[in-house]
Amino acid sequence: MPDTHSKTGQGNVIITKVDDLLNWARLSSIWPMGFGLACCAIEMMATNASHYDLDRIGVFPRPSPRQSDVMIVAGTVTFKMADRIRRLYEQMAEPRYVISMGSCSNCGGPYWEHGYHVVKGVDRIVPVDVYVPGCPPRPEALIGGILKLQEKIRGESMLGPKANPSQDRA
Amino acid sequence: MTALQIHQKLQAFLGSSSILSADLGAKQPWVELSADHLLPVCQHLHQTPSLHFDFLHSLSGVDEGLEKNTLLVVYHLSSLIHEHQLVLKVRIPRPQEGQEPSQQIPSVSSVWRAADWHEREAFDLLGIPFSGHPDLRRILLPEDWEGHPLRKDYETGDEYHGIKIDY
Repeated sequence: MPDTHSKTGQGNVIITKVDDLLNWARLSSIWPMGFGLACCAIEMMATNASHYDLDRIGVFPRPSPRQSDVMIVAGTVTFKMADRIRRLYEQMAEPRYVISMGSCSNCGGPYWEHGYHVVKGVDRIVPVDVYVPGCPPRPEALIGGILKLQEKIRGESMLGPKANPSQDRA
Repeated sequence: MTALQIHQKLQAFLGSSSILSADLGAKQPWVELSADHLLPVCQHLHQTPSLHFDFLHSLSGVDEGLEKNTLLVVYHLSSLIHEHQLVLKVRIPRPQEGQEPSQQIPSVSSVWRAADWHEREAFDLLGIPFSGHPDLRRILLPEDWEGHPLRKDYETGDEYHGIKIDY
């Protein structure tokens, strides 16, 4: 357990234990929103399927943003899609997280120079917690990104500063 | 039917002066027509039993650059029954941005339904004006997009809906 007490100067034994419980519950059931944009989505689906079986770490895609904890932006974000992505993100209940999967949603990928239609990084429209590099990333890389997000959630506290200070930016 | 025979049939239909240029020895033999003749020729190619061009593979738009100042539309046709092929080309002068085009290309969506969305795409990305199209609006880009991105002189804007476009 990270030392919440010394970090914030406000915690106590009870809150630390409640934090532990909430964080454990959150990080053990990260439900992503079931949506994909391009070829990364194929890899994401493969990661969800039986061979890599994301369900074993509590990741199970949901059909509605209202039920989702994390948005995995899997694929090329076009300007036409950007408004929709922003709206979907706004419809998610807090705490909400974003994993940017693949080069396109990290920075525009191969479209970074001549892609008149591509948003050069999904972090221009929603705050991103974890970036997963790759084109597309292998399932192992996406699982790595989810484990990183788990680490991030494990360090959160009700009293402490938010794990993602940019959360309120959008 | 060989390309030469198809060419002769077209000449008989139109008169030889109406075919602007042609290359029948090419791997995909092509014939260039003026925009005015396009629709009657397409109807003829489609309806004549011995020609029976029942399949439009693709309709492509080309911006030939500022020097030539023309736009080109290329039609790849084939007949599934007779197993012969033909390529049609039509050229028009580049319409200036914000002005009424001096010449339009007649829509062939009444002959081949596939042309409907192909023409919308050529209009969306290159701004090629098609006359007589049932529903000529953008198909890929958002409705409120400005400009036609595959034009040689296209320049990206600064932002779209508050999002910076350039890297």
